[in-house]
Amino acid sequence: MSLAATAETGEAPQTRGRGDAIAAALAVAAGLFVLLLLGAILVSLLMGGLPALQQFGSAFLTRAIWNPVTQKFGAAVPIYGTLVTAILALVMAVPLSFGIAVYLTELAPLWLRRPVGIAVELLAAVPSIIFGMWGFFVIAPLMAQYVQPWCIDTLGDLPVIGDLFQGPPFGTGIFTAALILAVMIIPFIAATMRDVFLTVPPVFKESAYGVGCTTSEVMRAIVLPYTRVSVVGGIMLGLGRALGETMAVTFVIGNTNRISTSLFGPGNTIASLIALEFPESQAGSLKLSSLLALGFILFVISFVVLAISRLLLRPRLRA
Amino acid sequence: MNETTGQTAAPRPSLGLQLPRSQFEPATGEPRIAVRNLDFFYGANRALKGINLDLPDRRVMGMIGPSGCGKSTLLRVLNRMYDLYPGQRATGDVMMDGQNLLAPTTDVNALRSRIGMVFQKPTPFPMSIYENIAFGVKLHEKLSKSAMDERVEWSLTRAALWGEVRDRLERSALGLSGGQQQRLCIARTIAVRPDVILLDEPTSALDPISTLRIEELIDELKQDFTIVIVTHNMQQAARCADQVAFFYLGELIEVGTAAQMFTAPRQRRTQDYITGRFG
Repeated sequence: MSLAATAETGEAPQTRGRGDAIAAALAVAAGLFVLLLLGAILVSLLMGGLPALQQFGSAFLTRAIWNPVTQKFGAAVPIYGTLVTAILALVMAVPLSFGIAVYLTELAPLWLRRPVGIAVELLAAVPSIIFGMWGFFVIAPLMAQYVQPWCIDTLGDLPVIGDLFQGPPFGTGIFTAALILAVMIIPFIAATMRDVFLTVPPVFKESAYGVGCTTSEVMRAIVLPYTRVSVVGGIMLGLGRALGETMAVTFVIGNTNRISTSLFGPGNTIASLIALEFPESQAGSLKLSSLLALGFILFVISFVVLAISRLLLRPRLRA
Repeated sequence: MNETTGQTAAPRPSLGLQLPRSQFEPATGEPRIAVRNLDFFYGANRALKGINLDLPDRRVMGMIGPSGCGKSTLLRVLNRMYDLYPGQRATGDVMMDGQNLLAPTTDVNALRSRIGMVFQKPTPFPMSIYENIAFGVKLHEKLSKSAMDERVEWSLTRAALWGEVRDRLERSALGLSGGQQQRLCIARTIAVRPDVILLDEPTSALDPISTLRIEELIDELKQDFTIVIVTHNMQQAARCADQVAFFYLGELIEVGTAAQMFTAPRQRRTQDYITGRFG
C-alpha cells in the first residue's frame, strides 16, 4: 500500500527529504543563534567598557568613587552592595525555603501540597516592579517605624556586631533591599529543594524511619546528604537571581555611592546603579563606558554563579 | 544477649507502659504479636480483609502469596510504616504486650525501634559502615564510645559481617557488595535490639550465595528475635520458616507449620499456589 503510494507520486520522497533538510537547517540556525547572541552581548559589553577599564585599570574594581564631574569612576560600592545584599538575602531565604520544601515534601497534608506548591511558584511570577513598590510603600515604612529603631536600640549597643545596626532608621537601605530580594528568590530555592527532595528513593527514607527516626532526623541524616549537591545548586540559582535583580532593589536600597558598615545604611548595587545612571550618560562618555564595564562584571559574576548552579543540579534533575 | 554485649540493659524505649524484654526469658512460643480483625485501606481500596494471625515468640513466620496479596502491606502495618502516607489507614487490633499498636497514642518512633524492618533492596545510609550501625542506636540510647564500639561489633558479628568489614569500619557503606549491604542492614536493625524483625523479600535482589548466608542468619537470629519474612521463594519459606501463612487477594487463606503447609495444605487455593498452578 505504502509502496504503491510512493510509486504513484514519484516525486514525494525527494521533496520530503528537501523539506526535512530545510527544517533541520532552520533548527540548527536557531540553536546556534542563541550561542551567538550570548557571545555578542558579552563582547559588546566588554568593548563598550574597555575605555573605562583602560583608563582606571584594576583600580576600577577597588575604588569607591563615582564622580561624573571629575570623571573619576570606581566599582567598589556597587560591587560591595551587590554581593552584600545577595548574600544577606540568601541568609534569610535559605532557611525559609528549606522549611517550605520540608513542609511540602514531608509534612503537609496531601490536599494542601499542590495549592501551596503552586503559590510558591507563582511568587516567582510577580513582576519585580511590584516587589519594588511593595517594598517602598509597605516594607520600608514598617522598617523605619518598628524594626530598625528596635534593632538600633538593642543590638546597636553590642560590641562589634553593634556596628551593623547603626545610623538613622531611614527604612530603605541594604537590609531592606536584601529582605525584598529574599522574598523574590524564595520560590526558586524552595521549588528546587522540593524537587530534589522528591528524588530521594522512598525506601531510603523508610529504612531510616524503620530504625525509629523522626522526620527531622530523616531530613538531616538521609535526605540532605543524598541531595547536598543539588541543594547547593538550588541556592546558587537563587544567588544568581539576587545578583542581577534591578527594579525592586533600586526602589529600596537608597541609591547612595557609599560603603556603610551598618546594614541599615543606604548603598547601591551594580544593576540599580546602571538603571539610574544610564539615561544620564552621553554616548561615548567615560561614564557610559564605566557603566558598560560594570555590566560586564555583573554578567560575568552571575554567569559563573548560574553555570555552577546548572552543573550542580544536572545529575539530580536528569533522573 | 546481655552477656554478649557486655553491658547492663539500657532502659527500653517505652510505648507508654513498662515492658519486659522478651529476649531475657526463654521462648514460650506464645504469640509475640496478635493481629485481630485487621482491615487495611489504600484510600478506598481494601487491601487486607479481616486478618487474624498470631506471630509466635522467637519463631520465624513466613508469608507467601502472589504479588499484591497483602503480605508486604501487613508488614507495613506492624511497624506503622503506612503512617507516612496520607490516605492509608488500618482498622482492627495489633496487640503486643497488651497494647494496641494501632492506637493513635502509640509512639511510632519507639515502636519502630522494637519492630525493625529490612527491605527488599539493601538500603545502606550514605555514611560509614560504623555510623550506619551507630546511627540507629544513638536515636534511642546514650552509649559511651566503648559501649558503642561493642554494640557495633556485636551486631555486625550477629549479622555474620564482622569478619569482612572489621578493617574498614570507617569506609563508606556504599562500597560494600549487595549481599554485604543487606547483612549490614540486618546488623543495623538488630543493633537497636528490637523484639521483632520484619524482612520484606530480603534476598530477592541477591545472588544465591548471599541468599544462603542470609537464610543461615535468619536461623541464627530466631534464638533472640521474633522474625517475619515475606518471600516469593517457596523453597526459602520451607527452609527458613517455622510457620507459614498464605495470603490471597488480601485475605489470610491458611496458616500452619511449614511442614504441614507444604506437604498437606488444608485449602485448595494453598495447594494450587505452592504447586505452581497459579501466582
